[in-house]
Amino acid sequence: MINQNSKPLLEVQGLHATVNDVAILKGIDLTINYGEIHAIMGVNGSGKSTFAKVLAGHSAYQVTAGAVLFDGKDLLALAPEERARTGVFLAFQYPIEIPGVANSQFLRLAYNTVQTQRGKDELDPLEFDDFVREKMKLLEMNPDFLDRSVNEGFSGGEKKRNEILQMALLEPRLNILDETDSGLDIDALRVVANGVNQFTNNDNATILVTHYQRLLNYIVPDYVHVMESGRIIKTGGKELALELETRGYDWISAENSATEGAVL
Amino acid sequence: MSAALQNLVNQPYKHGFVTEIESDIAPKGLNEDTIRLISAKKNEPEWLLAFRLKAYNKWLSMTEPQWQNVKYPKIDFQEISYYAAPKPKKKLASMDEVDPELLRTFDKLGVPMHERAALAGVAVDVIFDSVSVTTTYKEKLAEVGIIFCSISEAVQDHPELIKKYLGTVVPVGDNYYAALNSAVFTDGSFCFIPKGVKCPMDLSTYFRINTEGSGQFERTLVIAEEGASVSYLEGCTAPRFDTNQLHAAVVELVALDNADIKYSTVQNWYAGDENGVGGIYNFVTKRGLAKGVNSRISWTQVETGSAITWKYPSCILRGDNSVGEFYSVAVTNNFQQADTGTKMIHIGKNTRSTIVSKGISAGHSNSSYRGLVRVAPTADGARNYSQCDSMLIGDQCGAHTFPYIQVRNHSAKVEHEASTSKIGEDQLFYFSQRGIDAEEAVSMIINGFCKDVFQQLPMEFAVEATNLLSFKLEGSVG
Repeated sequence: MINQNSKPLLEVQGLHATVNDVAILKGIDLTINYGEIHAIMGVNGSGKSTFAKVLAGHSAYQVTAGAVLFDGKDLLALAPEERARTGVFLAFQYPIEIPGVANSQFLRLAYNTVQTQRGKDELDPLEFDDFVREKMKLLEMNPDFLDRSVNEGFSGGEKKRNEILQMALLEPRLNILDETDSGLDIDALRVVANGVNQFTNNDNATILVTHYQRLLNYIVPDYVHVMESGRIIKTGGKELALELETRGYDWISAENSATEGAVL
Repeated sequence: MSAALQNLVNQPYKHGFVTEIESDIAPKGLNEDTIRLISAKKNEPEWLLAFRLKAYNKWLSMTEPQWQNVKYPKIDFQEISYYAAPKPKKKLASMDEVDPELLRTFDKLGVPMHERAALAGVAVDVIFDSVSVTTTYKEKLAEVGIIFCSISEAVQDHPELIKKYLGTVVPVGDNYYAALNSAVFTDGSFCFIPKGVKCPMDLSTYFRINTEGSGQFERTLVIAEEGASVSYLEGCTAPRFDTNQLHAAVVELVALDNADIKYSTVQNWYAGDENGVGGIYNFVTKRGLAKGVNSRISWTQVETGSAITWKYPSCILRGDNSVGEFYSVAVTNNFQQADTGTKMIHIGKNTRSTIVSKGISAGHSNSSYRGLVRVAPTADGARNYSQCDSMLIGDQCGAHTFPYIQVRNHSAKVEHEASTSKIGEDQLFYFSQRGIDAEEAVSMIINGFCKDVFQQLPMEFAVEATNLLSFKLEGSVG
């Protein structure tokens, strides 16, 4: 929800980034306040997922210009694990599989690492088990998830639920969901979206990177941004997503180049 | 023994050996006199000298194997000194005198306190009552008739057992290094579990205090009589240094009817520096004979050290329904090379074997799995399952798999699975995005990868092995 009194959580200013010397992000400006949900949409290759990974600090991407402030502090100066500990969370489009490592073990290590950073007590395996089972109920997850190897042999829907479970456990301040809706059937989409809705509040903010409007039926954004060629070319309310659904992306593209032409 | 040979043995040493005997170190080089010297020094019976000389003559007719996937400069066998009397090491008075770097390593590995002292060369009885631990241990074993001692002691005290079993699993001329070992071995371990006895504890070479200085040509013989069972642990996670570059050990296991031998190794010999200079060449022949019906031989190894590892702990499944197992983790980093695997020879009916091999390569290292599964025409209903997985860390290392499968019986079932994976940027990013740093991430990925093997290790060993792997791979990702 739009929270007029809220202070900014994330301020992105003129962000440029490259991968293998190819420019992908070409000047992103975006401010996100506590309590807000922002959807970032756009065609494949527009730079949406790159933006998500750059915020999280993936080493394959180099920031070449611009600044990112997280709660007023320089986010780009932090290593990826420090960003995670300070409250930046990325739900992956393709979560990796870790054979032989029990999900419970992985979740507890992540949880305790972040807790320690926040000056809170770690949970032992038994305490953690109770804690994680409660969270899993909210995501309608079968408890035997805990004993299986991390993401190994999980269906697409199970992997995405596991991502949202981690979000629920780590209680980040900035949730970045990268194509969380891709590969989900409608029931799984509903469960995942319900989960996200339960964990979003005025103490955090959310970025939904998505291709399609349908996720936004379940998680209602305050703002919708359209990306093209590494820039945000249009920003609107939730109704913009509906318009994209019916009209596609081309008209914005055309509108945008017309505007640029006028400026020149 | 012939009279001529007797004369030869009993005559005074020629070639200036007389003075050398006083110095307790044999001159460099290998010839029959060297072997006679070793045998005489150890007061061995004639048949053992004959055994050694036979091996030596076999060795002379053999050439160094070239087929393995490792590279090293030619070894000059005449530059090695083959006998040095074990000298008591200078004992330190307390742990305070131990090199802090060594203590740091022990700490990281979680080596138990009493072992740390012994390994660091501290007089253990000063700090811990370790001598009495060992004594209690020995008494407890003796009560049930188990013999556990050095092979030199066994030659003196139980010559009939040594004569009966030595060289029956690994014949003197088996291969180049086994022949060399058979000619010149100086010490090692002997373990005998009599009929029907289940060994009440894991037997660890650590507790056999006189293993100190057992040298570069170690000889181990483990025998489990009918219905006996034993779990034997060799090595330890603490790093081991040695001035001898070449190590050529032989291990023989014999399991009679319904007997069960489980042999676990953690090997952490000096691997050379990060530029590949120095390090031990570990050329080992390990073989178990599942001689009796329903017998079982199980090898578990965690190979982390040595500049070069060349070993294939094998099982000859002669008894009907006998079982062979091989669980292996081989880690190589920097410029280490490992060519390791197993041989499962199915001879008896309904024999079964399982091979689980995990190779991890980092840095500029190379790791090869080489395994043979052979099913003889007699082995009706034989079954084998092999799984060989490799993991690469970085883009300068190599992993290779050489499976040899020879099946000569139509009723046999042989399965082989293999995989190769890589710890890459995306895996590490996933962990770091959850707040977990790279070292911890690698450790978790590796331990997950090795889980099937670590599960086979005795509990405390497994914990140490887990730490050891993280330690060996420290700094390999970053």
